This record gives sequence, C-alpha cells and structure tokens, in this order.
Amino acid sequence: MVAAIRVPRSQRAKRELLKHAPKLVETGKKTLILHGTKTSAVLNSVLSDIYHLKRDNAVKYTKKNDNIRPFESGGETSLEFFSLKTDCSLIVYGSHSKKRPNNLILGRTYDHHIYDLVEVGVENYKSMESFVYDKKLAPKLGSKPFFAFIGEHFETSEELKHLKEVMLDLFKGEVVENLNLAGVDRIYVCTAISPTSVYMTHCSLRLKRSGTSIPRMELVEVGPSMDLVVRRHRLPVESLKKEAMKTADPAKKMKNVTKDPVHGKLGKVYMPDQEVGKLTLSNDIKGLKRERREAKKNKEHSKKQKVNPE
Amino acid sequence: MAEEAAATTSAASNFEVDLGHLMAYDPSHHVAAVICNRAELREECLQKATDLAQAVADVLFALPPNEDRDGPIVRLPPPTTRLPREKHLPKPKPPTKWEQFAKMKGITKHKKNKREWDEQTQSWKRTYGYDRVNDDRDIPIIEAKATDEPGVDPFAQRKEEKKKRVEKQDKNRLENLKRAAKVGALPSHIQLAAKALPITGIKADLPKKSRKEDLESVAGMASTATASGGKFDEKLPGEKPPKHPGKHRKFLPVVEGKGIGNQEKQQYDKVLNSLLSKHSEDQLDVGKASSKIHTLY
Repeated sequence: MVAAIRVPRSQRAKRELLKHAPKLVETGKKTLILHGTKTSAVLNSVLSDIYHLKRDNAVKYTKKNDNIRPFESGGETSLEFFSLKTDCSLIVYGSHSKKRPNNLILGRTYDHHIYDLVEVGVENYKSMESFVYDKKLAPKLGSKPFFAFIGEHFETSEELKHLKEVMLDLFKGEVVENLNLAGVDRIYVCTAISPTSVYMTHCSLRLKRSGTSIPRMELVEVGPSMDLVVRRHRLPVESLKKEAMKTADPAKKMKNVTKDPVHGKLGKVYMPDQEVGKLTLSNDIKGLKRERREAKKNKEHSKKQKVNPE
Repeated sequence: MAEEAAATTSAASNFEVDLGHLMAYDPSHHVAAVICNRAELREECLQKATDLAQAVADVLFALPPNEDRDGPIVRLPPPTTRLPREKHLPKPKPPTKWEQFAKMKGITKHKKNKREWDEQTQSWKRTYGYDRVNDDRDIPIIEAKATDEPGVDPFAQRKEEKKKRVEKQDKNRLENLKRAAKVGALPSHIQLAAKALPITGIKADLPKKSRKEDLESVAGMASTATASGGKFDEKLPGEKPPKHPGKHRKFLPVVEGKGIGNQEKQQYDKVLNSLLSKHSEDQLDVGKASSKIHTLY
C-alpha cells in the first residue's frame, strides 16, 4: 500500500474541515443528542427540550441506535464515531428499559473518545410547554446562562460533584470573554435534594430597577424542570484528565520592556556581536555592484559639467 | 432595611461565585430531608436561586462596562472552575526536509515579487502559475546547440523535464506530510488515504465492481421479465420494486378533446415543417420521414 493525499475539492469543504481542527483556545462544544432502541414519551420530550435549549450548537439524531451502550466495553465505538462525524464532544443519550426507566446518559469526549459519563434517571419531569408565562420573558437562543447550584451534597457527594461539572459543561454555552449585560436572560437552578438526586429547573431572569446600577434579579420559571437521580457514573482516567486540562500557555511576559508614566513604553535593546569578520561576501552586496558605482560616477561627472558653464 | 442588607451580604460571602461561568454555588444550604410538598421545594429553590443570581449580578454589574450600540459590554475574568478541553492542543508542524536543509545551510526566505518582467513577450507576467514568466507556451524557438542529440524534440524534452520536477515535488510533499502525520500534526483538511498498488501482470483497469444500485436495478429487471410482469412471482428477501415501473410512452388522445385540442396534429406539423424547411429543395423521402417520426415518439 502507498499513501495518497486527499484534499477537499471545494474551498467550502476545506473551510468546514478546518473548523474541526484542534484550536489553541476553544470557544465551545457541540452537543449530540440521540437515543437507544426504546425511549419513553417522557424521555423523548426531555431530549427535544434539551435540543431546544441548545439549538444553536447541537445535533439531534432521530433514528434508533441499538449498538450504543456507553458504559460497556465495545458499546461506545458507535458513539465515538458519531462524535467524530458530527464534531460533537458533549453527548446526551436517552434510553428506556425496565431496569433503568427514563435513563439519560450525559457524557463528554476528549479527542472523540469517551472522557467521562454520568447516568441519571429522570423523574417528576415537567416539559417546557407546560409552563405558562409571558412569552416576552422567554430566554433568547444562545444567550449566556447563569448557574445556581444549591446544597452541600454538590461538595460531599462524589456523584453530584461530577454531575455538577458535567451540567456546567453541557449548558454553559459559548465561552466568551466579553459579555453584553443586556443579553443576560436565563439561569439554570440545580438543587441537591439528596446525596444522589438533583432538582433542576430552568428560569428566565428579569432585571428590575433597584435604584442603583446593579439591577434586582427576579426569576420566572420557564422550564423544563426535572429530578435527576444519579445511577452510574464513570470518572475520567487520571492521565487523560491531566491531558485534557492542559491550556494554552498565556502570552509570555515581554522581556526588556517597561512602562513609565512619564516616558510611556520603554525598551532596552541589547545588540549582539555583529561578527563582521565572519561575514561571507557575495556578489549581491550593493556596494560591490559595478553598474551602480559607475552610474554614480557618471552622475557626479555630469553635475560638474553642468556647474562649469554657469 | 439595614438588617436585611446586612443579612444578604453575610449570606453572599458564603457563596462561591465563579464569574467566568456566571456561576454561584451555595455549599452551606441544606434542603430539609423530607419534603412532603413539591411546590414547597420549588418555592424554596427559586428563593435561594434568586439570592445566588443576585450574588452573581452584584459582581457582574460592578465590572467596568464598555458602552456599545447594543448595550453595555463587560470583560469577564477567566473562569475558576476548569473544564476539560474538547480536543488536544494543536501540535506544531515538524519542519520539512527543505526547511531542515535550509536551516543547516543558513538559507533564509526572501520574498519575490508577484509579477515579473518577461523578456519573451515584453510584458509583466505572474512569477508563478498560469501565464507566468518563461512559460513554455511562449517559447517559439529553442536554438540548437552543438551538444544537442539529433532526433530529440527539445520542446517535448522541456515538457518531460517539467513533469518530472512536478512529480518529484509531489513525492517530497507526500513524504513531508507522512512525517507530520506521524506526530499527529497533519493539517485537518488533508487525509492520507491508502492506495492499492497496481498488480503487475494484470490489466491496470480491472472491471468496475458493480455497485449496489446496479445490482438492484438488474434484480428489478429480472423479476419483471415474466409474462405477468413479475406480478405473481415470489419476492426475494430485501428485493425492491423496479425503479421506474409503469408507462414509458405517452400517447396523445386520438379524438380531439376539450383541453388538449389538436396537439397531435401540431406535433406532426412541427416535425414536417422542420423536415421540409431543411430540405426544401429535396423531395420528401417518405420512408425517412416516417422513421424520424417513430424515433421522436
């Protein structure tokens, strides 16, 4: 076998592929939403609600998947392939069985391989449609959400600590440096009600006048709301975690540059030894060019001649 | 009022606020173990969440804003809760063979102009690419030298040399890309696909492997090639109905209807007109004309 170079045929395809390239500073993760062979009505609704919350940055698959079992070895190959295909690194997988009814698996991938998994059961679910509120308050698509985590179990319980991180990663949206304060309009509220279960709800934020520059916050529940009961969870492998937590080196401090209130920006310049003796001489050196020298001579000559008649 | 304010500030100091993620966490709060009423739980959560949202807002809205047309914009600090990356950090591309050589020899890159003066055509031309300086197409005459071998076409030779240079460059590029792939620094738009070696002794262009569609269409044709059009035949498992069942030919009504009118007459007129106008001086060959009509319909 020999290798052949395959490149995209169109510039557009090339641009799309370049979007999949690893970035120094990542801006956001895409979410893949899919389900197993069987789902309940509740789970269908949960998945579509999650898709609606993240519609700007998510892919939803509607076909049945019979060979996905993320917790079992060999059952994740198909999932990893989908992750590669759709360039998604957050996975929401729903399945429904007698043993684990209304089962939701939240997973993350690193380099298109499973990084960690949390399995939760959905209980007491209330869909987005069932909430009645003034539609003017509905959060805008893609706005940066607030998060409120309540309860000591998020620190003491291993499962909930993990779930908290996954939930934050799942719903945090785009990573931004600059935030428009006018666009603050939603909050996810997660309350630990027991060491394994979390009451989660999604609210709209209303900014009310308070007389100061800081507005008074008011919450209006817009749904969905549900209880998540942690079933199984798999933490990332320590070495993989270390690898995945790497960040780009912050820009190095510029050497020999100081700031002065009076003089402004100041720099020290050190000249290295010029090593003139070692310089190789070639014919390209300007001073050695015969035509130039002659032209210069001629010029001076003509100038002198011009001067003389005057 | 003052007491209330004091209470909120003391509570706020217990919250952990991560402004980078706009997140607030209250680790001290303990939800009553047995909550009989769901509505009560909801009320309590929303009450607490309002406090937490306020705690985030207190810090967020205190940041110095940059007034923009769309609203005040603040710069968020980097988040304290660290989340894993999606993909590995981009790996640096290894230097190519030429870059290694150039570094060893101390050869530095210098920029060339995009356009150069072409002596052949006496005009400015591209340095590289189509319609460039010293283009093979622009050379009308190659002067013979004493060293030239007789019977060799200098133009063809030039073309051949160019082709070889291009092939060599392609090979070098492939080698460089392979080395980049080894360290995982292949540009994401390039794939190195395996290509089978041509087997010696066998014709290079082997018959194409039949595709699924071909097989399906053949199967469909075979199943309908009975007197009943395959109506009473047993279907094979996975067999699909033929792709284009039904009528292929369309006949116009013989009797003039209301809507269609005399379409048939018009069609024949059209054909006749075209025939007659083309060969107006020839006599009409009835046999030929009728065959044309048959092929048309």
